[in-house]
Amino acid sequence: MDHSISHLNCSLQLKDSQRSFHLEVDLQLYQKELLALTGPSGSGKTTILRILAGLEKRAKGRLWVQGELWQDSTKGLFLAPQQRSIGVVFQDYALFPNMSVVQNLQFALPKTENHTLIEELLEVMDLQELKIAYPRELSGGQQQRVALARALVRRPKLLLLDEPLSALDTQMREHLQGFIRLLHERYGLTTLLISHHPEEIQRLADRVIVMEKGKIIDGSLTQEARPKGLLLRAIWLVPQNGLIRVQLGDNELQMPQSAKVFSDYLPGQEVWIRMVSAVGFEVCD
Amino acid sequence: MDFFNTLLLTLRLAGVTTAILLVLGIPIAYRLAYTRSFLKPVFEALVSLPLVLPPTVIGFYLLIAFSPNSALGEWLQNNLDIRLVFTFEGLVLGSVIYSFPFMVQPLQSGFEHLPPHLAEASYTLGKSSWVTLWRVLLPNIRPALLSGIVLSFAHTVGEFGVVLMIGGNIPSVTRVASIAIYDEVEALNFAAANQYALTMVVLTFVFLVLFFRFNRRSQQWITR
Repeated sequence: MDHSISHLNCSLQLKDSQRSFHLEVDLQLYQKELLALTGPSGSGKTTILRILAGLEKRAKGRLWVQGELWQDSTKGLFLAPQQRSIGVVFQDYALFPNMSVVQNLQFALPKTENHTLIEELLEVMDLQELKIAYPRELSGGQQQRVALARALVRRPKLLLLDEPLSALDTQMREHLQGFIRLLHERYGLTTLLISHHPEEIQRLADRVIVMEKGKIIDGSLTQEARPKGLLLRAIWLVPQNGLIRVQLGDNELQMPQSAKVFSDYLPGQEVWIRMVSAVGFEVCD
Repeated sequence: MDFFNTLLLTLRLAGVTTAILLVLGIPIAYRLAYTRSFLKPVFEALVSLPLVLPPTVIGFYLLIAFSPNSALGEWLQNNLDIRLVFTFEGLVLGSVIYSFPFMVQPLQSGFEHLPPHLAEASYTLGKSSWVTLWRVLLPNIRPALLSGIVLSFAHTVGEFGVVLMIGGNIPSVTRVASIAIYDEVEALNFAAANQYALTMVVLTFVFLVLFFRFNRRSQQWITR
C-alpha cells in the first residue's frame, strides 16, 4: 500500500422510520493535501468524516491511512477513534465547558508528550492571553481557534474539519481560513474540510469532491482546474430584479442576468454552476 | 434517646440509599441516554414504574418475595444468611427500588442535554469511555447530579408505604421518622408527633436551601 495515500472504499446503508440513506464511496486522500468535500445537506459528507474518525461503526468496506489498515469489515477489523491518528473539529466545536482553554489542550495531550507543543499551538493560534479563560467566556471565533489547536495536540495524520467556520460571520471566517491553511502547511497535515462555502473552498482547498445522495458526483477538480472555476451543484431560484439567483448550501448567490436565456430552468431545479471569482458564477448545462 | 435513634436511622437509610443509587444510577442513566436500542422505552418504563405505583404495591411484592416462606427469601436466608424482611438491609433495598427514578431520570436528562459531540470529541482525543465519563461528562452534568442526590435523599426521608410494608416499626432497626409520626398520632401522642414532624420540616428545608444555593452556582459555572 502506498504510504502517501489514504484510501476509503466503503458503503453504508441506514434506514429508519423517516428516511433511507445509502452511501457508496471510493475516496483517495493524498498526503499533505487539503481536500474539500462539498454538496447539499444530507449528501453524506459528515458521514464520511465520521467513518474516517471511527465514529460510524456500521460502514462496510476498507480504510487504509498512509500504509496502515484502520478498518476492514471483511476481516472484522475496526480501530476505535482512540487508536486512530486523527484530529477532529466538530461543527459545534465540542470544547469541554468544565475546562479552561489550556486544560482543554492538556486533556488531549498523551502522557508521554511534553507541554512544548501546547505552548507552541497557543502561540500560533494567538491564544496565549486566553489560556485560563473558559469556553463560555470566548467568542465563536476564539472557540474555533481553541478547537483547532486541541485537534492538533496529538499530532494527527488526518485533520478532519466538519464545517468548522459555518457559524461565524464573513470577516471572522476569512480570518480563520488563514489559520487553517497555516496549520495545514506548518504541521504537514492531510486535511479533509467539509464546507458549503464556495469562496472558502476556492481559498483553501487543493482539490474538491462534490457529493450528492451518498455518492461522489465529481472528484476530478484539482488545483490545476481552478482557473476555469469550480463546478458546484446549486438550486435554481426565480430571477429577480434582472439578477440570476441560485441557492448553494445555505447561501444565496446572485449575478446580473446575461444574454443567455435561462427560461429553461424551473425554480427548485438543480443546476451546475461554475464559480468564477472575478465574475461571480456562471450557469452550466 | 428513641427520638434521636429514629432520626439517625432515617438519615442513615437516606444516606446509604442515595450512595447506592449514585453507584447504580450513573451507568444506567448513561446507557439509557446513549442507547439506540428499540427496547429503550421498555427500560425507561421499568425505571419510572416506582413513580406511578402506590408505594404499598412495591412494599407488598417485596414482602412476598423476601419473606422466609417464599423460595427466594428461604434461599437467601439459608445460603447467604441474608434476611430482608423487617431488617435495615430490607429497608435499603426497598428504598433503592422506590427512589430509583429520582436518581436515574435527572442523570439521564443531564446526559441527554449535553452538547452532542462532547463524548465523541473526547474519544477522538484518545480518551477511553471511562475517562470521558469521569472527566468530561460527569463534571458537566453537576446540576443533574446534585438534583439526583437531593431528590433521592429527600424522597427516601419522606417514604412511608414501602418502609411500613417491608420494615414494620421496630425501634432503632426499622422505625424511621415517618413511621414514628404515624405511630405517635395513632397513640394520640401529638406532642411527640409534632417533635418529629417539626424536626423533619426544619431539616429538609435547610437541606433544600443548601441544594438550591449550590445548584445555582453550578449552573452559572456551566452556562455558556
